Amino acid sequence: MPALYATTREVGVITLIDLSGRIALGEGSALLRKTIRDLLDDGKNKIILNLGDVNYIDSSGIGELVSGFTAVRSRGGELKLLNLTKKVHDLLQITKLFTVFDVFTDEPTAARSFQ
Amino acid sequence: MAPDTKHLEVTLDTQVESVNLAEEMCLRVAEAAGFAEDECYRIGMSVREGVINAFHYGNQEKPDKKIHLGIDLTGEKMVIHVMDEGKGFRLADVPDPLLEENLLSTSGRGIFLMRTFMDEFDVVPGCTGGAEIIMSKKLPLPESASGNGDRRPSNSDATPHQEA
Repeated sequence: MPALYATTREVGVITLIDLSGRIALGEGSALLRKTIRDLLDDGKNKIILNLGDVNYIDSSGIGELVSGFTAVRSRGGELKLLNLTKKVHDLLQITKLFTVFDVFTDEPTAARSFQ
Repeated sequence: MAPDTKHLEVTLDTQVESVNLAEEMCLRVAEAAGFAEDECYRIGMSVREGVINAFHYGNQEKPDKKIHLGIDLTGEKMVIHVMDEGKGFRLADVPDPLLEENLLSTSGRGIFLMRTFMDEFDVVPGCTGGAEIIMSKKLPLPESASGNGDRRPSNSDATPHQEA
């Protein structure tokens, strides 16, 4: 079971976090939290989470996504999701979080949505 | 317990690593029982959520408490028991994570996921005084097993043996 890996890159005023691995208790949840908090501390509050290589999320990981979403919003920014795998897509659907997050299937459209 | 039921039981420490361990064990049993990949994922996720529940809410992450995991394979279904040493809880008291006011909650989805992913789900008072989660999944019909004929467990199949 691989851990979570996160790399960040800037696209204009937007920060993309490319994630790969699992967002789960004791594995990726803490890293995701720290990555988002560090960006917010740097004043970066337009964030896209690229979940294209995230093949597993448990309830702890879902909680971390929601926590990140509310933390970014409380700083006047937005956090959006990109490239969901089928399992993550289904999980967000059954938990009704599709009604909460803006979800995109391609990066340019996700980036433009911030304008 | 029916005579043809195979039973596996382990006692886990109250630590994060137990969550992965329990998931891995149950995945191996589910695979050996012939469940397809999607069903294995649902079973693994449910076990994970059950043990997270025991670790965090039941035992409140206290290392002196244990988590008891049991797996029964009958001729019809895989039954999983997860028991903690906490104070127990009632299902009726668990908030519905799908309600509008709970959607932005950062926790409270584990029970919902177990209920969604398993065929049967219940919480009863455990013999330790804590909660016992009991959940089951019907074994796949022979034709739904992935190209391997009848994978229902038999005496010669790769099913668990009793462990401490």
